[in-house]
Amino acid sequence: MELYLYIALFAPLVSSMFSALFTNTPKKQFVGIVASLLIFTAFGSSTILLSHILGGGDIVHVEMMTWMATGNLYIPFGFVVDQVSVTMMMVVTLVSTIVHIYSIGYMDHDKGFNRFFAWLSAFVFSMMILVMSDNFAGLFIGWEGVGLCSWGLIGFWFHKEVATWAANEAFIMNRIADLAMLIGIFLVYWNTGSLQYDIAFPAMATLDPSTLTWMGIFLFIGAMGKSAQFPLHTWLADAMEGPTPVSALIHAATMVTAGVYLVIRSNELYDLIPNVGLFIASLGAFVALFAASMALVNRDMKRIIAYSTLSQLGYMFVAAGLGAYWVALFHLMAHAFFKALLFLGAGNVMHAMHDELDPFKMGGLYKKMKWTAIMMTIASIALAGIFPLAGFFSKDAILEAAFVEHHFIIYSVILFTAGLTAFYSFRLVAMIFHGEERYKLFGIDPHEAYKFMLVGMSPLLILAIIAGALKGTYFEMITGLLPNTEYHLHSELTYWIMTIGTQVFVALAIMYAYKKYAFSPVSVPDGTSKMENSFMYKLLLNQYYIPYAYEEYIVKPYNELSAALWKVDQNVVDASVDGIANIFYKTGENTRHMQSGNLSTMLKWMVAGTVALLSLAVVFGLAARYSGEIRTILSGLGV
Amino acid sequence: MEIGLNHYLVLSTILFAIGLVGIMRRKNLLLLFFATEILLNAVNIAFAAISHYYGDLTGQMFAFFVIAIAASELAVGLGLLIVWYKRHGNIDLDTMTSMRG
Amino acid sequence: MFEAVAFYLFAFLTIAMFYITVTTSQALYALTALAAGMIFISAFFFILGADFLGAVQIIVYTGAVMALYAFGMMFFDTTREVKEKQGNKFIVVGLATLAAVMVVAIFVAPIVSTNMTAFYPMVEGAGNTQEVGLVLFTKYLIPFEVAAVMLLVAMVAGIVLAGKKMDLSLTLMSAEQAKDIDDKDKKVLS
Repeated sequence: MELYLYIALFAPLVSSMFSALFTNTPKKQFVGIVASLLIFTAFGSSTILLSHILGGGDIVHVEMMTWMATGNLYIPFGFVVDQVSVTMMMVVTLVSTIVHIYSIGYMDHDKGFNRFFAWLSAFVFSMMILVMSDNFAGLFIGWEGVGLCSWGLIGFWFHKEVATWAANEAFIMNRIADLAMLIGIFLVYWNTGSLQYDIAFPAMATLDPSTLTWMGIFLFIGAMGKSAQFPLHTWLADAMEGPTPVSALIHAATMVTAGVYLVIRSNELYDLIPNVGLFIASLGAFVALFAASMALVNRDMKRIIAYSTLSQLGYMFVAAGLGAYWVALFHLMAHAFFKALLFLGAGNVMHAMHDELDPFKMGGLYKKMKWTAIMMTIASIALAGIFPLAGFFSKDAILEAAFVEHHFIIYSVILFTAGLTAFYSFRLVAMIFHGEERYKLFGIDPHEAYKFMLVGMSPLLILAIIAGALKGTYFEMITGLLPNTEYHLHSELTYWIMTIGTQVFVALAIMYAYKKYAFSPVSVPDGTSKMENSFMYKLLLNQYYIPYAYEEYIVKPYNELSAALWKVDQNVVDASVDGIANIFYKTGENTRHMQSGNLSTMLKWMVAGTVALLSLAVVFGLAARYSGEIRTILSGLGV
Repeated sequence: MEIGLNHYLVLSTILFAIGLVGIMRRKNLLLLFFATEILLNAVNIAFAAISHYYGDLTGQMFAFFVIAIAASELAVGLGLLIVWYKRHGNIDLDTMTSMRG
Repeated sequence: MFEAVAFYLFAFLTIAMFYITVTTSQALYALTALAAGMIFISAFFFILGADFLGAVQIIVYTGAVMALYAFGMMFFDTTREVKEKQGNKFIVVGLATLAAVMVVAIFVAPIVSTNMTAFYPMVEGAGNTQEVGLVLFTKYLIPFEVAAVMLLVAMVAGIVLAGKKMDLSLTLMSAEQAKDIDDKDKKVLS
């Protein structure tokens, strides 16, 4: 089994290195194919490991080599494949295999084709380290690695200023959160004496609750950054500047869920501090609603999906915060499938529309892009949580968990959000694929994507449909590691009322979306309609003015502060450094006369040097002679 | 009034200082050699005085060897001086700038 | 009393002579003043009971060194006044004084402190020359021989350097250049 573990871990690295060899050469089709094959190998290995775990096999735990061993600190490069990490591995390798295949078509005309695969595979490698590591240090390496690759991929089209800006924003925001995470890791090490999960977590049971609370809070801040939770959420929407496969893989399916993974992995910690858990759940519910509301009015296809991702991450945190870790992980998995599908579909649409992102300028694309339309519709149904698709099972479990735990406010918030989710998803679908063919006004001739891209996407489609059926098996497996908190309502009746009520509510929202955007005329907003001028619309369209506030109250003061400090830097730091350099220059300038070649001058300098040396000899001689007295005087002075 | 070691040392110091002044201000190479002789002699006086007042012959030995060294230095130095003079027609220190960097 | 008078007299004379040596602009004056100073210094040696050293001083310095200088000066244009552009005189004098004081301080320090004993004490009832001979040919025999070799080497070097046309073999010049210089030498010397 260890062999498969190593294959799953290192195949992406090999792929990345291989692709990196060709980064400076023109596009080579085989680079994409080889990369996809290698990632597929990793996927195959992960599948074997999954079947091993599913078959009741032992957890695979290997220690590849010692990384750090000093004093009491011992950190190995250890990897573990247990129920949680194998689930993540499956999600990561599956989605990345599909995204790799898809990218061969999507990046077809891009100059940076080879570079793209190098980054993408490097990302997969980092993500594998993140999920497979058996200690916090390895997790942190993967954590930073995915951050770096995310930076490289968001800013992939670095000639676009907005892309580089978004890449930097994502990177910096993550750094802020990573600092907190690092503090959390330090706290873990300081208090438990180890970073190994299997040593650190059992040791926590005996610790002081306030220490644990701080640990939990700092680790969660790290998770907040990676999973783009409020108030560090702005980078995710801006990250959509990257190529769409990147959005699908990194900013929907895998990297942003790393925060959820961290909370799930640390379940033993968060079980000890239910207050922090409740905070996580509340924040998750808030973000779910908050992000969904922003998605309602946005006019950028990819951003809408990004907000939806944000909202779904909120759901996952609700589940994780309430202690329903397996539900969170299940939703993570299901979400990865349908959200990646949605993004890839959006990529097809984008390609067809020549990088047009405004759904108001589309409409009626169903006729041109039948398969994409079907896929996106199914993905949206799954996202909305309609029976019997994947989203239903996972989201319903979260709602149940909130209800059973008697957190009714959270419950009602996420229930309401479920309606909003349905509305904005189908608003998007309706505007893109139905209604008038508004794109004709803009002279665009859409076309369906390559066949192999669609075929490549099909596993996601299938999984988005059937993932719910796997719930039972999954539950059997995952509760081997995570607490098997099952949520059963007290009465059957309540359950049915709730489930059917939710379904009806969601269905109504979908119908409303269709009515408004598919069956009634839609025009490209020009800022004149009544709705557009309403306060709420503006508020939502401007993302609650949060980016504006960040710009105004953080970035600008920071810039001013930096400008002021720059002066200080110039006048103090630079000046002193330059001053030292100048001293040497000046000394050189002034002493070059010594080297006039005139023997007489040299003799004078010789005498001067002799005097200097002699005085040193005298001083040291005296000091040595009177060392006792000098010591007495110095001690008298208190030195 | 008894003449002590200090008197000789002071005298030696004065002579030494005179020699150094000569070294620093002379531009003629030959006169520079004179100044070095003064330095050596000043030290010799100190050696002889110390030897006398401490009843130890080592000082005189040193003075003796200093004289020997002075003689050989002179022989070689004067030879070099003559070579230089033959080639350049003067022994002015200021013209010896071949070591200019 | 006699000792004190002699000391002060010769001290004054020596200082005066050496002062002339380093300040006069006439090379001949400097030479004669130096020779006189050397002889006066030998007087200190006699006062200090170092008779042998005094004799050596007179013979070597006044007899040999000064004669050598005198011969050397014949080669040079000594009648010409030496032009000496001076910088800051205070610096020169100050540096010189400082250096001298310091050297003396360093040498005196171990003497003033009490931890010095004579390695080779004076032999009672023997003349100075005898004492010197005893020490020189027992304890300092090797340095003495080395000094002798050194003097020999210096003599050879002096002859080689000052000898006529010997300089050609010491240069790295080409034959033509050497010939030019040779011609120039002839012109200068004639």
